[in-house]
Amino acid sequence: MSTLTPTLSATTRPRRGRHLSAWPPTLVSIALLLSLPVLVVVGFLFVPAGEIWRHLAATVLPLYVSNSLLLMLGVSVGTLIGGVGCAWLTSMCRFPGRGLFEWALLLPMAMPAYIIAYTYTGLLDFAGPVQTTLRAWTGWGFRDYWFPQIRSLEGAMLMLSLVLYPYVYLLARAAFLSQSLCVLDVSRTLGNGPWRTFFTVALPLARPAIVAGLSLALMEALADYGTVQYFGVPTFTTGIFRTWFGLGSPAAAAQLSALLLGFVFALILLERWSRRHARYHHSSQREQVIRRLHLRGWRAALASLFCFSPLLFGFLVPAGQLLYWSLAVATTRFDAAFLQLAWNSLSLAAGAALLALLLALLLGYGRRLHPSLTVRTSVQVAAMGYAVPGTVIAVGVMIPFAWFDNSLDAWMRARFGVSTGLLLSGTLAAVMFAYVTRFLAVALQTVEAGLTKIRPSMDEAGRSLGYRPSQMLARIHLPMLRGSLLTALLLVFVDVLKELPATLILRPFNFNTLAVRAFELASDERLADSAPAALTIVIAGLLPVILLSRSITRSRHADSP
Amino acid sequence: MPTAPDDDCPTAEPRPLLAPPSTTAADAERIQLEVNAVSVAYGEVTIVRNVSFALARGDLGCLLGPSGCGKTTLLRAIAGFEPVTAGVIRLHGKQVSAPGTTIPPEERRVGMVFQDFALFPHLTVAKNIGFGLRRLRAAERERRVGALLELIGMGAAANHYPHELSGGMQQRVALARAMAPRPDILLLDEPFSNMDADLREQLAREVRGMLQREGVTAILVTHDQLEAFAMADRIGVLGDGEIRQWGSGFDLYHEPADRFVANFIGQGVLLPALVQDDLRVKTELGTIAGVRPHGLAPGGLAEVLIRPDDLDYDDSSTRRAQIVERAFRGAEFLYTLRLPSGAEVLCLVPSHHRHAIGETLGIRLLAEHLVVFPRDGAPG
Repeated sequence: MSTLTPTLSATTRPRRGRHLSAWPPTLVSIALLLSLPVLVVVGFLFVPAGEIWRHLAATVLPLYVSNSLLLMLGVSVGTLIGGVGCAWLTSMCRFPGRGLFEWALLLPMAMPAYIIAYTYTGLLDFAGPVQTTLRAWTGWGFRDYWFPQIRSLEGAMLMLSLVLYPYVYLLARAAFLSQSLCVLDVSRTLGNGPWRTFFTVALPLARPAIVAGLSLALMEALADYGTVQYFGVPTFTTGIFRTWFGLGSPAAAAQLSALLLGFVFALILLERWSRRHARYHHSSQREQVIRRLHLRGWRAALASLFCFSPLLFGFLVPAGQLLYWSLAVATTRFDAAFLQLAWNSLSLAAGAALLALLLALLLGYGRRLHPSLTVRTSVQVAAMGYAVPGTVIAVGVMIPFAWFDNSLDAWMRARFGVSTGLLLSGTLAAVMFAYVTRFLAVALQTVEAGLTKIRPSMDEAGRSLGYRPSQMLARIHLPMLRGSLLTALLLVFVDVLKELPATLILRPFNFNTLAVRAFELASDERLADSAPAALTIVIAGLLPVILLSRSITRSRHADSP
Repeated sequence: MPTAPDDDCPTAEPRPLLAPPSTTAADAERIQLEVNAVSVAYGEVTIVRNVSFALARGDLGCLLGPSGCGKTTLLRAIAGFEPVTAGVIRLHGKQVSAPGTTIPPEERRVGMVFQDFALFPHLTVAKNIGFGLRRLRAAERERRVGALLELIGMGAAANHYPHELSGGMQQRVALARAMAPRPDILLLDEPFSNMDADLREQLAREVRGMLQREGVTAILVTHDQLEAFAMADRIGVLGDGEIRQWGSGFDLYHEPADRFVANFIGQGVLLPALVQDDLRVKTELGTIAGVRPHGLAPGGLAEVLIRPDDLDYDDSSTRRAQIVERAFRGAEFLYTLRLPSGAEVLCLVPSHHRHAIGETLGIRLLAEHLVVFPRDGAPG
């Protein structure tokens, strides 16, 4: 029966046209190419790394594992409290500033973790304004008092939580808003107060969404390199760097990467599993008009304070500090070198975004026009990089590219006596390849969301009105997709701009981007000098946040479908 | 109640086509759509089997059947979205589908109204309607769009976007858009299935009016018989990919050609009967006489279709049956009655005759049409 469903059948059944048969091989090639880094890393599990691996296992590996696990635990606690708490308050309660917090709570997303990390270091270290003020007030001197050390594992947990809680907030908020109000009302009529209702009904119902948000936040936490490196906390990502560049063992680095991938894979499974469960709990598609609990007096003040804290510490304070530093060095740092840096970053990000968009269109249309199992699997494989930490991708790109360069060079020398040197390694092509591998999924998701809005029946309507498929592309698809295409470009662009570890490993010699330069300067304790680059990244990062906020505000005013 | 369609049933012989086989050139000229022995298969599975019919200019036809019967596939084959595996489809005398050759939809001059309307969300109502008119000059296009807006009574909404319209309005826009290029044939794929049940019949009648004013040849696909009755002159009932019967709604209801049609259209019960002679059969409720010979051998076992309106309520009748179920329909009660033999029949009674379950009701047979099928397993 279901195979005969009229409107879908046209797209779910392979068509017979000759010109379409090029899709499967094309898409399979793309998928293979883009999964190369992951395949290489996983493949190294079967290559014995000998002494070094035994050395690692005996010394630092337990530390990497325990630190990574503790980091995940800390980030879980932080993002859950911040994300779920804020989501519940803004969606279910009324208090001063609620409407503002609803979208402003996303702002910390614009702040890359490594940037917030060194901003706080600057604020909180001995010579920073906080401790200086403290000493001025109390008259204490050096070593007279204890002050928490921000450059620690706990500090990393806090920093990552401050910028990653929006993932939990977004998904929890959507879940709370989509919950049937009746369910909550039933709980109230059965004698549960609002708080009891929250813990016994609303929270369990939203749990799948919350877990999905949490696993996204944890993937980001695992992928973080800048923060833990800057704070001197040895985790997987820093370990991979050390093993490769310190111990000079790509094989062991690849094996560490594979281990890290195992962690990520577990998180992916968790996320998929939660999302599948989340679907059953959505009882209404349209957001309903919610009668929010009116908070008054100290409760209202507490709610405002609760929602203001993540906004304050996750965005306002660090952004203010960056602005302050930038202004302080404005006369000297916004020079030709900075413009060169900005140009490097922008052109690289724009190029990667265009390339990712192109591939996403190819994959998206491939899946739409030729949805065979092969094609669908290829698309999924190609999009898998989104969960893979940049460090791992860099390792997975570096190894095969170097092998290719060396093999080609050896062959050319043996055959023609010519040395080709390094063709791919350390070029922008390698960097670009890593970016596309990592961020293709972002573009693909957006493009596919746009494509689903063009229902198959619209294509058929157009054809029955005398338009050829190519004409439909120009007249219907392009105008309908325009928004999605721009969004996809923007999202990839900003992600690339913020990307640090892969760029750090793969960039050509002496080629710098804003992110790399900011990180280098900060590592040299030249915090103020790094601020202009960091601030630029944050401002660019605001663009997708504004997009998200707008969709939130729009859904709030969605009175008509 | 038997539900399985009986393929061997002799009365399931193909009835005359919708339009009789053309005898003169003038008749042939009027044929707008000809579907000749068409089959459609996906791989090994045959969805539409050996279907033939024709529509003359201005005809409003309907393919009626349960979901999965192949009616939408047949419609899509006519539109050119599905290739045929056997047979020929001709539009306006020109062959458009045959095994191995399928003229693409954009070269067929067909209009199609989709179940989900498929309006282009980024275009206004007027632009949606004018979408298929790009070959016209701007002034002509404007005039045509204006005329259609007037026809569907939506002149005021010309510059609205589809998402600002109600479902009924969207549907009228979809209809106008499909009619705009004056297609040779208009295909409507379950166009009312997204509508409120109360609205469907009214909308179907409205659409019928619009189509007739434009002189459009159209074919509707639906699983809703009331919709089909309200809109189409001639209805083809499809079961398992085959046309079971062509006829008006009245004919399909009162003279179903086989068990499948009898079960699918309207309500009713097949009551055991004994064949008396060429015209008459005897049942528990009395003898029923037809006007045409039914072709069954006297003395044979048969089954007679008894519709709820074939039984009348009659207190003076000696034939009594016990009420086992009662459904209130507003103007009427639909009673389910158990006859002495244990067989159950349906009876429609004006709703002021109110009886409790368990009471007995006096009934009288009123059947004007004899619909008789050979009993399963009995020689025909």
